[in-house]
Amino acid sequence: MNDDSYQCEKCQKAEVYPPDAGWRELAPGGVIPQAGNAVLYETGGWRTYRPVRHDDKCIDCLFCWIYCPDMSVYVNDESVKTLGFDLDHCKGCGICSAVCPTGAIEMKLETDLRAEEASAAEGAGE
Amino acid sequence: MGKLRPMEGNEAIAEAMRQINPDVVAAYPITPSTEAVQIFARFVADGQVDTNYVAVESEHSAMSACIAASLAGGRVMNVTASQGLALMWEMLYIAASLRSTVVLSVANRALSGNINIHCDHSDAMGARDAGWLQLYGENVQEAYDNAIQAVVIAEREDVRLPVMNCYDGFLVSHSYELLEVEEDEAVREFVGPYKPVRPLLDVQNPYTIGPLDLYDFYHEHKRSQWEAYRPAKQAVIEVGKAFGERFGRSYGLLEPYFLDDAELVIVALGSTAGIVKDIVEQRREGGERVGLLKIRSFRPFPAEEIADALGSARALAVMDRAAGFGSGFGTLYPEVAAALYAGGKQVPVVDYIYGLGGRMVLPEEIHQVYNELAPVAASGHPEQLTRWLGVRE
Repeated sequence: MNDDSYQCEKCQKAEVYPPDAGWRELAPGGVIPQAGNAVLYETGGWRTYRPVRHDDKCIDCLFCWIYCPDMSVYVNDESVKTLGFDLDHCKGCGICSAVCPTGAIEMKLETDLRAEEASAAEGAGE
Repeated sequence: MGKLRPMEGNEAIAEAMRQINPDVVAAYPITPSTEAVQIFARFVADGQVDTNYVAVESEHSAMSACIAASLAGGRVMNVTASQGLALMWEMLYIAASLRSTVVLSVANRALSGNINIHCDHSDAMGARDAGWLQLYGENVQEAYDNAIQAVVIAEREDVRLPVMNCYDGFLVSHSYELLEVEEDEAVREFVGPYKPVRPLLDVQNPYTIGPLDLYDFYHEHKRSQWEAYRPAKQAVIEVGKAFGERFGRSYGLLEPYFLDDAELVIVALGSTAGIVKDIVEQRREGGERVGLLKIRSFRPFPAEEIADALGSARALAVMDRAAGFGSGFGTLYPEVAAALYAGGKQVPVVDYIYGLGGRMVLPEEIHQVYNELAPVAASGHPEQLTRWLGVRE
């Protein structure tokens, strides 16, 4: 499933203006002087269904990585194996699940998963 | 020294474009500006310019391509009119917001409906708040001169805004006039090479342009854009002065004509100013203190300068070649009135809506305007604020 320890290089490098920047500090034309900062805009909250991968079925064909329109499938460049999903940006469109040749990606209702996670956290607390 | 040559307005625009030799022209020809594009396309085909001419499928695409080429780092020009300008509408705002430096010549033509191909200013007035600078030329010479100056103004580093070079459809676009066409080298030297501030084609230094911009930054970005029209005003003045020093024809934000002691003043844009000048001269010979204030730069709007220039005026007529439907006025009147109010000038101002869809404006109608202004000056109160000139009752 998701490897929480993984952080993409782009997220670490992206820069934008501080939220309190005054109009005089902004570059003309409403531009962001740096590139590659769309990553800072989190779209994971839009998701209704979350992709959940069954590791036993995954053959690392990378179809999900190729088809994902939001670049939200992490792949280890060395081993060329999928690491998991970037849930901060995955909008839950389900394309990865649709193209998976082995049916390894299941789309589960985000609300169900959150309820499960909450009760698991409660159980751990007791 | 330039050469005197007879040319139509469209031909003169194409000639200016040939001399400027822009990197990209993406155009979709439309009456009455078609010839400018047609003649320029021939220059491209004959290898007289290095321009990449992009044949597009609509004006919306034309302006999209122009914006992209400009932001990529090119010098970009285009020509359109009326419905063509209207179809560009949403891209016009983007061109200005992203601070592209596109120069668009507009042969002013009435907007549909009903469909009409002749002159009025409703096309450019529809784009008055889009963020473009708008220069209005009176004749072929001015259309040519403005096309050259527009490039310099747009590309100045402290401006970086697109410029519309407005010239009256048919009245200027299709009228032959003897004009002074400058030497190619002199024009190229005057406009100089384009030095884009941050071209998108500089792939070593990528940046983000046109991103999603919501309530947290959009407001500041618009405030920042607002500020650009101050240096733009200065640029119109300075480039007009430099043009005069180089070629002998100076330009400014306004052209006052017998204004110093004028009591009855007409305010006009475009070719109508030429007719008014004749009438002013005639009436001056009869000892009447009449004058004309021609507005050359409608955007940026020279509000303070207008208030200052009308010091001696006792009654004003604003000539509006576009009806501001629902406002009760034309489109120029509210701006002039606001300029006077803000400048503390208490002068009665009458609005004349005239010449829509190419309706000829006759010398006797200009006389009529001055005749009607005299009692307004005497009473200080016009009986009717907005009047239609040359309309059948």
